[in-house]
Amino acid sequence: MSAKTKRLFATTAVLTAACVLAACSSGAGSESNAGASNSGNDATGNDATGNRASNCTNTIGKKNLPVVTFWGWYPNMRLVVDNFNKQNNEVQVCWTNVGQGGDEYDKFQTAISAGTGAPDVIMIEADRIPTFQIQKALVDIKKYGYDAVKDDYGPGAWKDVSIGGAVYGVPVDGGPMAMIYRKDVFDKYKITPPKTWAEYEQAAQKVKDAGGPLFGDLGANVPAVMMALQIQKGANPITYDPARPESIGIALNDQASKDVLDYWGNLARKGLVGTQDQFTPEYISGVVNGKYATYISAAWAPGYLTGAGVGKGKDTGKFAVAPLPQWDPANPVQVNWGGSAFSVTSQAKNPELAAKVAYGLYADDESLTDGWTNQIIFPLNLKALRDPDFVDLTVSFFDGQRANKEVYVPAANAYKGMTYSPFGQYYFDALTKQIGAVIEGSVTGAQAADRVQEDVANYAKEQGFTVQ
Amino acid sequence: MTLLIEESAPSTQEKAHKARGTVRLREHLMGWLFVGPFALVFLALLIAPLAYALYLSLFRKKLIGGTSFVLFDNYVKAFTDPSFLSGAWFVVRFSLVAIPLQIVIALAMALVLDAVTSAFARFSRLMIFLPYAIPTVIGAVMWGFLYSRSFGPLSDVFGLFGATAPDFLGGNLIFYGLVNVVTWQWAGYYMIILYAALQGIDPTLYEAARMDGAGRRQIALRIKIPLIAPALLLILVFALIGTLQFFNEPQFLRFLAAGTIGPDFTPNMYAYQQAFALANFNYGSAISFALGGIVFAGVYAFLFFTRKRRSFL
Repeated sequence: MSAKTKRLFATTAVLTAACVLAACSSGAGSESNAGASNSGNDATGNDATGNRASNCTNTIGKKNLPVVTFWGWYPNMRLVVDNFNKQNNEVQVCWTNVGQGGDEYDKFQTAISAGTGAPDVIMIEADRIPTFQIQKALVDIKKYGYDAVKDDYGPGAWKDVSIGGAVYGVPVDGGPMAMIYRKDVFDKYKITPPKTWAEYEQAAQKVKDAGGPLFGDLGANVPAVMMALQIQKGANPITYDPARPESIGIALNDQASKDVLDYWGNLARKGLVGTQDQFTPEYISGVVNGKYATYISAAWAPGYLTGAGVGKGKDTGKFAVAPLPQWDPANPVQVNWGGSAFSVTSQAKNPELAAKVAYGLYADDESLTDGWTNQIIFPLNLKALRDPDFVDLTVSFFDGQRANKEVYVPAANAYKGMTYSPFGQYYFDALTKQIGAVIEGSVTGAQAADRVQEDVANYAKEQGFTVQ
Repeated sequence: MTLLIEESAPSTQEKAHKARGTVRLREHLMGWLFVGPFALVFLALLIAPLAYALYLSLFRKKLIGGTSFVLFDNYVKAFTDPSFLSGAWFVVRFSLVAIPLQIVIALAMALVLDAVTSAFARFSRLMIFLPYAIPTVIGAVMWGFLYSRSFGPLSDVFGLFGATAPDFLGGNLIFYGLVNVVTWQWAGYYMIILYAALQGIDPTLYEAARMDGAGRRQIALRIKIPLIAPALLLILVFALIGTLQFFNEPQFLRFLAAGTIGPDFTPNMYAYQQAFALANFNYGSAISFALGGIVFAGVYAFLFFTRKRRSFL
């Protein structure tokens, strides 16, 4: 090696080392930094009697009360938190929005691993509860006031946030699924809302033959929808008894799961539905431009679509909603997509106080009413679900249709709840990958289901579970 | 008297010695003082996290059964893990296509801009460099829009000929879609490095070459390129390291093409997913180090082979 190359080599070696680290930190670092800074905040302010207003997004009115820290992402959370603080003389809430969904979970995950930095109360989607529960990051809040509020929510809502006999969250909002459709398209091609999936396919064929738009969309990035639709047909993906946490039943390739994947794969192959990732500008522009005749989605979708600019201007009043098509109309099954809960973390300094916040945060009439009128979320609190104003609400997105009464409330009431997986993220990643493969045409739906099963079962074994 | 001198001599010597010692000590201290801040930051923000990550990579944490020391099991697993291997194979293939492409484009542009001196050349230089100044995230999102089949320009262009635009975010073309994004982003940066190297060449060499009857092409091939070989080598190393660490572009295009770009698309993304989505910091660290090993081996091999070909250098 000449001196020159030697020097260059040395420089490169340092560069390599630097870049290896950069790799570990380019994306990852920002997350762990966020976690660290949060833990810093927490460490300086986590005094049950102190005032942590300086670290809160909201302003705490009653300075002398103990403070509970809270992470949540609703757009109108400020109002909800202020309402709670105003009405409560026992505890005050210090709220921070650390990002929605995955962003927040990544930070929470980091805080769990670090053993510090998590808030006392956290908003999480119901399907993530087992993931955090199995890491002992959540507290069973059954003994902290469950009896007082148990009649406020339906059994399906409670089942989603419970594991075995323990309750790990307070239901906030749900996502009973239905079929949103374009009235103008249906009128133009003279079809009525399909009641079964067989009719759905026929209608799609009819629209296509007549040169109409795509009938729906198979998005690889919404595995939760596929899971819900599989459950609708009778799949029972995860059986899990927390009394024996080491043992888990994984059935992701039963006939129902295969049938549903095949069904959607066929629709895509025949060109009856699109294969666009959902929530992307591409998809939303498609919905805006009438590229899709239906959108199989949850009760929160109208709010999301309105926010994204759908159903405004020339499209005003073009949308309507009908119940989700069924496999067996004699035995309809209602399923759920999304929805969230307030959980108490095991890092909470005072779990009892934290549980009071979790139970009380979204329970007052003003917050609930604001929730379904302004944010267009679908509340699970029966006070709202039974409120005539809510039930009879004429939804402007659906051109004055009484969507709650006709579709969403019955769907929510019929929802039975389900058992989610303690490694939900891995399952959804695996399912996303295979839906992508189905769309690409490299596997059939049935093969995709087999692959998901193998992949997830292997992961479970690797994680120390015994797979049934 | 002699005695006195003898007695005093060592003492003066000692004094001088002492004085020199103090100077040396002071120099030492000054040296440490200058290096100190860097050393502290270097240790705290580079060496310590690396050491901690290495330490983490020797353990395995299971959801059931807790954490156990497994020595190199995670590495064994990584090198037999189809997700890691396919991701690694992807970036290797990607490097083989994207790096030569970027360098050829950068070299061609640098040679052209070096040969032309006008206001337009200065403007072009700036414009070619501009993509590098745009944050990767924005670049990736922008290309996501450009690739869009419903409102990107591609659909209009292809629509003119009655064809449908290719789907650069689909499984078949994502490779080329990403090659394009990366080339767009980096070629200008490499061009600037090469251009600077070209500017450093003594113009009398060109004059001499011309007098010997060399044309522009011959000057470029026989004088310019050989003389900027060190700069070429440098950008090759940069490109090799950067490309093997592929993360930002696919990570952000993922939001537009989740079915095509999975969480294990590249080893870096896989490490990220393991650590932050699946709480598997141990395996995530192991993947990072395994990737670091691959990059190190790749760069070392590259430098080793280029060292042998002295004629090229």
